[in-house]
Amino acid sequence: MSVAELVADRRTRAQQERAENRALTKLTIGPSPWVRVASLAALVVLAALWLLPVAWGAVTSFKHEAEAALPASWWPTMGWTLDAYQQVLSNSDLLIWMWNSLVVAGLVTLLTVLISAMAAFAFSQTVFKGRSLLQWLTIASIMMPGQILIVPLFRQMQVMGLVDTFAGIVLPQIVAPVMVFILKRFFDAIPSELLDAARIDGAGTWRLFWTIVLPLSRSILVAVAIFVFIGAWNNFLWPFIVTTDPQFMTLPVGLSTVKNAYGVQYAQNMASAMIAALPLLIVFMLFQRRIVQGVATTGMGGQ
Amino acid sequence: MTVSNAGVTAPPGRAPSDPKRSPGRSGTRTAATGKSLRERDKSGYLFVAPFAVATGLFLLLPTLYGLWMSFTNQSLTGTGSEFIGFANYAEAFSDPQVWQTLWHTVWFTVLSTIPLVVVALVMALLVHTGLPGQWVWRMSFFAPYLLTSAVVSALSSWLFQPDIGLLDTWFAALGLQPVGWLTDENVAMFSIAAVTVWWTVGFNFLLYLAALQGIPQQQYEAATIDGAGGWRRLFSITLPQLRTITGVIVVLQLLASLKVFDQIYLLTAGGPNGSTRPILEYVYDTGFTNYRLGYASAISYVFFALILVFALVRLLPSRKEA
Repeated sequence: MSVAELVADRRTRAQQERAENRALTKLTIGPSPWVRVASLAALVVLAALWLLPVAWGAVTSFKHEAEAALPASWWPTMGWTLDAYQQVLSNSDLLIWMWNSLVVAGLVTLLTVLISAMAAFAFSQTVFKGRSLLQWLTIASIMMPGQILIVPLFRQMQVMGLVDTFAGIVLPQIVAPVMVFILKRFFDAIPSELLDAARIDGAGTWRLFWTIVLPLSRSILVAVAIFVFIGAWNNFLWPFIVTTDPQFMTLPVGLSTVKNAYGVQYAQNMASAMIAALPLLIVFMLFQRRIVQGVATTGMGGQ
Repeated sequence: MTVSNAGVTAPPGRAPSDPKRSPGRSGTRTAATGKSLRERDKSGYLFVAPFAVATGLFLLLPTLYGLWMSFTNQSLTGTGSEFIGFANYAEAFSDPQVWQTLWHTVWFTVLSTIPLVVVALVMALLVHTGLPGQWVWRMSFFAPYLLTSAVVSALSSWLFQPDIGLLDTWFAALGLQPVGWLTDENVAMFSIAAVTVWWTVGFNFLLYLAALQGIPQQQYEAATIDGAGGWRRLFSITLPQLRTITGVIVVLQLLASLKVFDQIYLLTAGGPNGSTRPILEYVYDTGFTNYRLGYASAISYVFFALILVFALVRLLPSRKEA
């Protein structure tokens, strides 16, 4: 598809969407202009309120440190500056933590999706001894909140020598029984005739899984991956417990240690917050539709 | 997979053609064995193995280990791991800190869950009107959910900053006294709940929005023809259709709120005067600051009992799937 075609495609889709939205407005709030204006006003107020903390942080991050500590003003009198960003990037481990977070969240996502999809496939499309028992155990483990396991899990990591390692941060996060059930429900809908036909043709179970089941399930796999990635990227408690060496800290954990070290340097605090916020916000702007869909389909936990 | 297993009969309950399990799908059966091809595929356990091993190692094992620990006086320094029976549990039930932090947890859950459901619903209803700016509304409401707890606490403690913070500056401009947002024992928990609503409401908002988009438009069309106005349609069509999802959202939110730790630890560290300390922070303090692993495990299990009640409610609808 050429760029021109892509642009045209986007334009028609946007037009369609606008038409649909107009129809929706008619259906939900009817023709009354007053209700329409009131709803729009409510949306504007709510959105402004929701953007305020980030906007205020952004403004502060571009101020001189001396001015940031003065009573709040939206327009700095000493002018805008990138000082805070320069300081933060050169004097802290921010970029290391970001890289660590990317590696950790990436590994957690990859491993979680892989082992959950495999298990879901086994539960959905194969028969083996102890299947019901394992399924029952998986359901039971959905109830187990990881948070209450921090004490024994930390002790276990000490014994296994995984404190202050990526393996120690990643591995306990890849157990996601809920995802297994979300995927299983999707795999259940794959017509068994399709798989049986492949089986008759002599395809092994691995081939079935890789060449039929996974490609058919791309949408749900992406949804699960997005959900897992956001969770892993933002996870605080476990990485906080299992890392003490700044070289292995993830972004949330590292940032929380900086707060104390910097003391009263507000502009720098806000600059690091902005840098830390940026990656996921950019990803969200690029893939908004997919992310919204992904969260909506997996967020219910398969219910 | 052409291995013959004519001698093995599948347990009846596990047959894939069992109508309860897979409605309307009988699968291809072979004349030789009378069993579906799927039943003859015995490699399932290989596929389940990685997940089973990970679950065993990082969920089952620590669960059992923690349970055992809770009956010992084990410490982080490695000393003592004698079995001391129910002594930790006896101590937990008579420890005022346990009850206090448990109460803070429940109080936070109440304070956060109600607005997290109501505000999310209002947002979704407003966005679902299809008014212009869809992209902006979705972005503004959901974006905070993508921020990590450390960023959230940095942004909000800057807003709450005494004297020079934005909120106190506005209050001063209005001639009002500054508020100890995070330093006043009567206010801190409300501030934390407000931050939490700002941070995570976007998630529930998306769930509601998806549910709204699932309501068949014909219902609205029919109601319009019958002369039902906008409010009438809201109360007779939209809200009743959202009853089920509201139940699910409430339970999920209760479970999430009960496990609060990050934002409280980062904003107030449980202060002022321990007035916001949640039970998970007490577990953390007991285990990792006071090195009393055995006692910390016992408190974890007391907390687990509370969570289990809600977790069981959550499982009820999905039991059918098993």
